[in-house]
Amino acid sequence: MMSSYAELYPVNNFIGDIVRSIFPEPAAAIINGLLALLSLMALVGSLGAVLIFLERKVSAHFQLRFGPMRVGPHGLLQPLADGIKAIFKEIIKPAGADTFIFFLAPLLPVSAAFLVLAVIPFDHHLQVADPAGGVLYVLGVSGLSILGILLAGWASNNKYSLLGAMRSGAQMVSFEISIALLMLLIVMLSGTASLRGIVLAQQGTIFDWWIFKLPFLGILAFIMYLVASTAELNRTPFDIAEAESELTGGFATEYSGISFAMFFLGEFVNMFVAACLVTTFFLGGFHAPLFGLPVIDPLLNLIPGFLWFFAKAFLIVFLYMWFRWTFPRVRVDQLMYLEWRIMLPASLILLMLSGLFVAQGWVG
Amino acid sequence: MLTAAETEKNGKKMITESLSEYSLDANTLPEGFRLPPPEDEEAEEFFVNIGPQHPSTHGVLRVVVRLNGETVVEVVPHLGYIHRSIEKMAENQTYVQNIHLSDRLDYLSAFSNNLCLCMAVEQALDIGVPERGEYIRLIICELQRLQSHLLWWGVLGMDMGAFTTFFYGFRERELINDLFEELCGARLTVNYFRPGGSSVDVPETFIPRVKHLLNIMPKVLDEYSNLLNKNIIFLERTKNIGILSPEKALSYGSTGAVLRGSGINYDVRKNDPYSIYDQFDFDVPLGSVGDSYDRCQVRMEEMAQSLRILEQAVARFPSGPHRSQPQQNYKLPKGSYYSQVETPRGLLGVYIVSDGGAKPYRLKYRSPNFSNLNVLNELAAGHKVADLITIMSTLDLVIPDIDR
Repeated sequence: MMSSYAELYPVNNFIGDIVRSIFPEPAAAIINGLLALLSLMALVGSLGAVLIFLERKVSAHFQLRFGPMRVGPHGLLQPLADGIKAIFKEIIKPAGADTFIFFLAPLLPVSAAFLVLAVIPFDHHLQVADPAGGVLYVLGVSGLSILGILLAGWASNNKYSLLGAMRSGAQMVSFEISIALLMLLIVMLSGTASLRGIVLAQQGTIFDWWIFKLPFLGILAFIMYLVASTAELNRTPFDIAEAESELTGGFATEYSGISFAMFFLGEFVNMFVAACLVTTFFLGGFHAPLFGLPVIDPLLNLIPGFLWFFAKAFLIVFLYMWFRWTFPRVRVDQLMYLEWRIMLPASLILLMLSGLFVAQGWVG
Repeated sequence: MLTAAETEKNGKKMITESLSEYSLDANTLPEGFRLPPPEDEEAEEFFVNIGPQHPSTHGVLRVVVRLNGETVVEVVPHLGYIHRSIEKMAENQTYVQNIHLSDRLDYLSAFSNNLCLCMAVEQALDIGVPERGEYIRLIICELQRLQSHLLWWGVLGMDMGAFTTFFYGFRERELINDLFEELCGARLTVNYFRPGGSSVDVPETFIPRVKHLLNIMPKVLDEYSNLLNKNIIFLERTKNIGILSPEKALSYGSTGAVLRGSGINYDVRKNDPYSIYDQFDFDVPLGSVGDSYDRCQVRMEEMAQSLRILEQAVARFPSGPHRSQPQQNYKLPKGSYYSQVETPRGLLGVYIVSDGGAKPYRLKYRSPNFSNLNVLNELAAGHKVADLITIMSTLDLVIPDIDR
């Protein structure tokens, strides 16, 4: 019993050890878990601010602007000011809206982000829980965020919102399949569905990461996963659910104040979560990018794993932002075409080929 | 006094009634729709109001769209939200006063509008324009075309979801607008041309600044072409979307890039040369299919052609007076006068009926946007909502010009 707790909640770091030295084991595991959840909350709160600031700055520099510059040095306190503004704004509920669902919907994307973050291995011993079927769990809960969009559009009693919601529904059903298949590929390669196990399977140099270890197919899978997760995130070029030039605000048309801010926060934290998953699956998670060089490698190893993890995740986040501020939006039927005619067959073939590679022992 | 409950009841009743006006259950279609209700009971048709306040109508245009799911069945534009009765106001103002009203038609081609009105007055009174005056007119009108198309390009990207193009388009447009500001103090509503030339001469810095712009622009146009117009998503979104056949384009009276995108070679600058356009060497770009992509490419190419005209004009820019026979008041002899120019959006015509006084008896503008808007239903029917927005964007509508 005790060992299973320890396995499920692998918080083995400095603070975890202190808690363990004070409390007996089952209680310590629970207290450790609670502490980890609290730190997750702090993480989500600060991530929201950081990511919103980052998006505004990145977009500004793509667009020959400075972005926010007034509040604090280089506008660093702008997210705080935005948050305060959002809290004090009136929440307007349109006539004929379904009250309960209307107010429930903004909470779902953020909670989805929370639930996924709980199983992300930020470092060797920096993970709230590590269920054996971690990949399955991620697939299950990440759908919640699009459920939120679907409900929001349906409950708003607005045709624009409804159109946006129906679009995102179609998007969810299709791109989840590609994502699931690509995750399956990683599970097959790693031989485990636990996220920590997947990261540990990529131990070694940079060429042991799944993106490089699987000859050629790894990079292909990485790109496909990036595309599918962009679609899953509802970001340009796949932001058809919001599509501000067509549907004014899409699913969020009728939302204001803090309920809109929750959607906003959810969108950004989900972007980070998706980047975390990419890092975990393809980029070796918390492992340092080693090249097998004698002098540099030990130096790189000195940098703690969670910093490497965050660096990789933010690199992917930057890629998502780059997409958003460069590409035009695809049309809804083109999106469906991309998934069902291109991505789905391609990911199936990729899965089969990788199966062949693994069976023949060509990996690595 | 009504009780709270009664008010609530009435309120709800009112909502239901206004909804029934826009639902098919009432067996009546909203104003303007011609196609009969669908025979299929399962068909889920509904009506969506795009505008008058909408990010993609670029003004106060209201478009009621009949949708079957995501597919557009029929589009009905509603006009008049920015009607300022400019033609009626014109009857109470002198011709010089009317020039500033013409700025407000299509604010992105204010110089061309000025020019059109001035040319009608010159025609009536037989006023000639000195050579320098003609060159100023031509250079400024081509700069205007450039800035108008740059704005269009930026907005086109934005309508497709690529927000960044908007800022890029504005970067060079700003240079041109700064030029206008130095020239006459205004950036949009310029009120610059006068019968016989222009109100003031160009400043000394004008030609060097135009030359500077000409150095930048070719590279910039290439960059823009690579950023948006060669993007695969852009191609997928515009090719074979909103095809306008040459016959339809002619019968709707569309002009400008909309007409030339359908492959009809008609440009007032070539076919009915005004000012000194006949002395310049330039091509009229034409489309072949008449889809959104062709309209876009025609405009992109037009920018390159404008640069060609500008290069020639700057090289030959003469000295001398900028205006001939300036008068306080222009009294047009009894009769009717017509002149037309090619604005960035198409053919603008002005028809003046004069009773011999200092004010027009009747003044009628033939605006390009009004005719170009009317093809919208023809183009958008059968496409998706997203395409409706791109099609509207490729028509390059400026709403105040439609309503006047």
